[in-house]
Amino acid sequence: MEGVSVNYYIGLSAILFTIGALGVLVRRNALIIFMSIELMLNAANLAFVAFASVHDLLSGQIFVFFIMTVAAAEVAVGLALIVAIFRSKKSINVDEINVLKG
Amino acid sequence: MTVELILFLILATVAVISALGMLLSRNAVYSALFLVLNFATVAVFYLLLGAPFIAITQVTVYAGAIMVLFLFVIMLLGADPLPEGKELPKQKWLASFLALVLAVEGIVLISMQKTAGFIPTPVEGAGNPKAIGELLFSGYLLPFEVTSVLLLVAMVGAIVLTGKKKKGGQS
Repeated sequence: MEGVSVNYYIGLSAILFTIGALGVLVRRNALIIFMSIELMLNAANLAFVAFASVHDLLSGQIFVFFIMTVAAAEVAVGLALIVAIFRSKKSINVDEINVLKG
Repeated sequence: MTVELILFLILATVAVISALGMLLSRNAVYSALFLVLNFATVAVFYLLLGAPFIAITQVTVYAGAIMVLFLFVIMLLGADPLPEGKELPKQKWLASFLALVLAVEGIVLISMQKTAGFIPTPVEGAGNPKAIGELLFSGYLLPFEVTSVLLLVAMVGAIVLTGKKKKGGQS
């Protein structure tokens, strides 16, 4: 019995990645931009697991595990940055964060 | 149409709609909850792909830890939608056009490929924690150790960035 073609999974992954990229480009709220980045990482993970399943290799799943770790570290530091920026500028609108001086 | 294909289509619809909901919500809390739904759907995809360990990790790490952190920060900074300020002219249209180009490009490239294969029906014990652990602690031991250093650095960074300054600090 044949299952679902792997191309469907890759297509879904591409669509989710595009939505994430659009979110980064369109939204002004720094938190939502971060969520869009998470969505893109998740789309990459989906492609990894789909290929790991097709080729019957576990290495793809190990990579997804590492990507999740990196995402967790990235969110911790990124949210700390957003909180620090909010303290000094009273806003998380990325249009208003346009100077390097704190 | 097999059962798997029907299941895939339903789940894919939910995933895409929840991603769009995340993108279009005015309220950041709604965005976060839509994203949780999206992560849960992707976890079900992992189960369909024969990766139960990754699916559970997805639920605990992404939908659990990361999104709770997001919700904490949203509540901390105030959940009010941002006021509509001056925007760059035509920025939304340009961004939408570029995203459309990216999507069309990706879909054309994928549809030009010969199919790379079909997802096999998951067998008992595929991708279970035992197999993952054995590979992780043999072939991928060095990346695993580097990961622990990375998490330590992230933890120290988060504490340093948000900690109060003792004196002489501006905030």
